[in-house]
Amino acid sequence: MTATPTAAAPFTTVIGLEVHVQLQTRTKLFCGCSTTFGAPPNTHVCPTCLGLPGSLPVMNRTAFELAVRAALALGCKIAPFTKWDRKNYFYPDLPKGYQISQFDLPFSSEGALEVVDPKGALSRNVRITRVHLEEDAGKSMHDEAAGTGDTRIDLNRAGTPLCEIVTEPDLRSPQEARAWLNELKLLLVYLGVSDCNMQEGSLRVDANVNLHIPCDGGRIAKTPIVEIKNMNSFRSVERALVYEVARQYEEWQATKAEMGKTPKQTRGWDDPAGVTRAQRHKEESSDYRYFPEPDLVPVAVSDEWLAATREAMGDPPSVLRQKLAATWKIPAYDADVLVNQGRELVAYFEDLAERVGEGKVASNWMQQDVLRTLNERGGSIDAFPVRPATVADIIGRVAKGDFDTSRAREIFAEVLGSGRTVDEVVASMGIAAVDDDELITLCRELLAENPRVVADVKGGKEQAAAGLIGQAKKKNPNVNPGKVRAMCLDLIRQM
Amino acid sequence: MSLSRNDVAKVGLLARLALSDADLDTMTRELSTIVGFVGQLEQIDTADVAPLAHPLDTQNVFRADVPKPSLTTAEALQSAPRHDGECFLVPAVLGDTGAA
Repeated sequence: MTATPTAAAPFTTVIGLEVHVQLQTRTKLFCGCSTTFGAPPNTHVCPTCLGLPGSLPVMNRTAFELAVRAALALGCKIAPFTKWDRKNYFYPDLPKGYQISQFDLPFSSEGALEVVDPKGALSRNVRITRVHLEEDAGKSMHDEAAGTGDTRIDLNRAGTPLCEIVTEPDLRSPQEARAWLNELKLLLVYLGVSDCNMQEGSLRVDANVNLHIPCDGGRIAKTPIVEIKNMNSFRSVERALVYEVARQYEEWQATKAEMGKTPKQTRGWDDPAGVTRAQRHKEESSDYRYFPEPDLVPVAVSDEWLAATREAMGDPPSVLRQKLAATWKIPAYDADVLVNQGRELVAYFEDLAERVGEGKVASNWMQQDVLRTLNERGGSIDAFPVRPATVADIIGRVAKGDFDTSRAREIFAEVLGSGRTVDEVVASMGIAAVDDDELITLCRELLAENPRVVADVKGGKEQAAAGLIGQAKKKNPNVNPGKVRAMCLDLIRQM
Repeated sequence: MSLSRNDVAKVGLLARLALSDADLDTMTRELSTIVGFVGQLEQIDTADVAPLAHPLDTQNVFRADVPKPSLTTAEALQSAPRHDGECFLVPAVLGDTGAA
């Protein structure tokens, strides 16, 4: 099957997402076992998370508070009263035979998160249906090669706190879904809710998608909703959705099957093959036989508690972009680039902008030099060897006229590469400020050698002076082009 | 309210109980009696009664996010019918009936 999306699709794509994020706690949701990733199998387990008889869960306060923080940041209403429920099903990685989750009284609902493209091409308000707090299951490992061999169960992850975020079907394209996920991840990382590391399973996405196809007589046909699982990156989410949209359209053309006439289907994304494949039929919600969890008492959130959580939350990226643009007078595009790199990079920028005193100059340096070299080197901005004070020092010397910007960028690269100070680098590169006497001598020589340019400028073509800059740099690489130009024009006027 | 044989068969499947035809007959009769008995509650007018989330009149019980020692792997696995010293071993999971 070909999965090429049509340029102008004769249908509307309807996508809703279900995102699970692991909360950044030290311990599990209901017991004191560590949540550290990568420990040897079954070393972070205790009677509670193994579901042994007689053990009882006790809620982790930090997990609840982080979940509330996430919900507040997503603009959700926080329920004044919330409880937990048992979701019953049998699976070997679920030792109790039920998952403690939230059914009819989730702690929050009715929020929204907008996906905004600074260029304005992409902007959509995506409503959040609900956010709730539940525990994770363990990990099953199947030996594919052995075929019918045993399945091995590691319960280190069982009982890890998860925040489940469910959106309304408000997304309209695979690209939009990916952009929205990027914004969600940025938000959760900014607020310290989750590290959102997809490789370690800290963020998992399922996508529900179907098509609304206009038919004769103005009727809209809706294709059966498909839930896609097993997507391990945001890129996979986008690819899987692109594939699935094309697949559903082809299937609809062949079968005319509509929603409601067939059960909701679950399909798994096969990344190497680039296709989705049918999985089991989803059990009906009632099959989970939810009932209130008797081992946990409800939680009532007071106004004071909510206010304190809000206070401690910090600015979400959307607010920070506006603040950064307003405070430092930088374009929305610049603020977006900086904020999208994370809180630490924003702190670096603000430190630099404060020292330089000019936001746009600092922003240009961030984007052209700091970010570019940071991306090449890898690692975090906090470990970046050239600190804001040093960058500000280089920028300050440009402003004083010691050297021009292109020279300054060479100096920056050399300081970064060699680990020497700016003074050492300036000395070693033979860069010395050109004093005014030297500059006048140099400009007089230039004018003597270029009578044509002198004539042109006298004739009113000032731009002809630009031809002198290259020659000036050949005579002395340390000259400041702006100063050379101004000096030459002055001298010509005096001639 | 009474239960059909199909209802009981479905509940049996969800509970992973292998019920014979004779079991189904017995279970359908007995469960219908139980559900009928509980069904008497429907005679009470509960329009003004808030649903009870928990029988205890207690709220907001939390613990601090502080790690405690876990069991050793050997302790964790000691009662497992089968293990390989690291993991619990279960028959290969074929029909995927798990949930998200």
